[in-house]
Amino acid sequence: MPGYDYKPFEVTPPPELDGEGEAKTRYPVAIIGAGPIGLAAAVDLATKGVPSIVLDDNNVVSIGSRAICWAKRTLEIFDRLGIGERMLAKGVTWKTGRLFHGSSEVYNFDLLPEEGHKYPAFINLQQYYVEQYLVERAKEFPDLIDLRFKNKVVEHQDNGDHITLQVETPFGNYELKADYTIVCDGAGSPTRKRMGLPFDGQTFEEHFLIADVEMEESPFETQVPERWFWFEPEFHSGQSALLHKQPDNIYRIDLQLGPESDPKLEATEEKVFPRIKAIVGDKPFKLDWMSVYKFRCAKLERFVHNRMLFVGDSAHVVSPFGARGGNGGIQDVDNICWKLAAVIKGEADVSLLETYNEERVHGSAENILNSSRATNFMTPKSSIEHLFRNEVLNLSSKMPFARKLINSGRLSVPCSLEAKTLQQNDESNGIKQVQVGDVVLDAPVKADGDSTWLVSQVQGEFTLLGVGDVELPDVGGVRRIGINQSNVNYKTLHDEEGLATRRYGEGNAYLLRPDGHVLAIYKSPDAGKIRSVLDHISNPIFEKEVA
Amino acid sequence: MMNDTSMMTDKLGANGDEFYNFLMDAHEGLSEEQSHALNARLVLMLANEVGNIDTLKSVIKTAVEFNHE
Repeated sequence: MPGYDYKPFEVTPPPELDGEGEAKTRYPVAIIGAGPIGLAAAVDLATKGVPSIVLDDNNVVSIGSRAICWAKRTLEIFDRLGIGERMLAKGVTWKTGRLFHGSSEVYNFDLLPEEGHKYPAFINLQQYYVEQYLVERAKEFPDLIDLRFKNKVVEHQDNGDHITLQVETPFGNYELKADYTIVCDGAGSPTRKRMGLPFDGQTFEEHFLIADVEMEESPFETQVPERWFWFEPEFHSGQSALLHKQPDNIYRIDLQLGPESDPKLEATEEKVFPRIKAIVGDKPFKLDWMSVYKFRCAKLERFVHNRMLFVGDSAHVVSPFGARGGNGGIQDVDNICWKLAAVIKGEADVSLLETYNEERVHGSAENILNSSRATNFMTPKSSIEHLFRNEVLNLSSKMPFARKLINSGRLSVPCSLEAKTLQQNDESNGIKQVQVGDVVLDAPVKADGDSTWLVSQVQGEFTLLGVGDVELPDVGGVRRIGINQSNVNYKTLHDEEGLATRRYGEGNAYLLRPDGHVLAIYKSPDAGKIRSVLDHISNPIFEKEVA
Repeated sequence: MMNDTSMMTDKLGANGDEFYNFLMDAHEGLSEEQSHALNARLVLMLANEVGNIDTLKSVIKTAVEFNHE
């Protein structure tokens, strides 16, 4: 099986430099960085009719698998952007997780606990595939997305009402103007550094080694993809090890090396091969990629700096445990794009962007808290911490409470936006699983007799979703969708299995944001109320003075 | 009398991680001796919180007999 074909993207002289063609002088949005975050932002804006120019210093997808775990919520966002189904088809869906302490299995668990969702809790898919799919999707918007590879932003200036960017290319240098700039140039963000913004947090001393191994035969006892995690494995002196499967028969191995290890020495085949053999046995394998890393948990104090908008790793970095880096970044994209589109179209005041800052600073703080806790559990700092950790593992063979304390990464779930500026009080009174501030919860439904999913039907626009016996008023700018309703002049879905009704509650009306978060829930929705919620979005009033 | 089944039940729920990290933070910077003393104080105070003698005896017995595998 050949490895991934890293085909370079086409690099063409920008219209500003080729002497012909018409060079625009000013763009609504410039995006710095064509990783998953920048590309997703360009596609998201394009779905809303907003043009963007994407500038990247490279011309190839990321080398090595890098971000591989894509969470359910991320897949639902990618569903809206048009690549979710492709990712699901190519990706490996996790099924069984096994946890070992030393050489013995502590317990195993099902990673797909609930039926009735289009997307599973997680899939594994190499970052390069996601970038490739996004580039291909972006090219379906030739009038809206201007992808420029080998276009490196080296300088920028904030002029108050617009940004000037200096761009270096193999063909020469040029300048462009943008109303807004989305900064997604990664953890080491040159833009952030140029602006001198403090990036504070906690640095962890442990070194970790990731290796991608190509192997025809499965190292698991079955053909079902599993996820194996070891505390204090016998085959390796470090504190932990992780093995899971990616597409194309590639297996990711993560080894914790400990703080004293020499990363240069560790990242050699002589050191790595015996460890891989200890995990996979005598099955033939090929080393595809490896990397030794240390990590930080850190974030910017603010993600919005006038017209410079920080999104993804440039704004926040976390430890890899729990898969909250790439997944957190995609949630940033989901959060900011509808707001930025509304501001650019003149539908909302610029202060709407401040709610991106409020909501995603909150979300990333939650991600940092969770990933720091996982890291602390995996890297005990003292003999007492070590003792507690091992007794948790010991008790967990029999006691469920101890199992729940084991922390090898709490898998990324979207944060609630309840009690943030835009969200309203719950005015329903029924029993329901989805609350104000939550993100839409999927359920299987029928549309005109065809099977489909709620997440594929209700995202992308302001939507009033009514379940059963509730009247939905007509409000400009709000799409209405009824579940189990008839004789109405808007779209209806049928809840054949009863899951949507159970999850949303009979008789409730949900007002959803374009990113699928619940703004408000009503027992008896009226047009005036909904209009005032929308007015508040177009000109939000913050309770606390924002700096 | 507390039986094994109720001891198996998770009562920390969503707060497990917060509890564990709060406990680890309490030990941060302590010598081993100080940590042992802290643990002893904690066991005594938590026992008082539990209160019921049968429950306490049952928990102690289970912990003592718990097999290291």
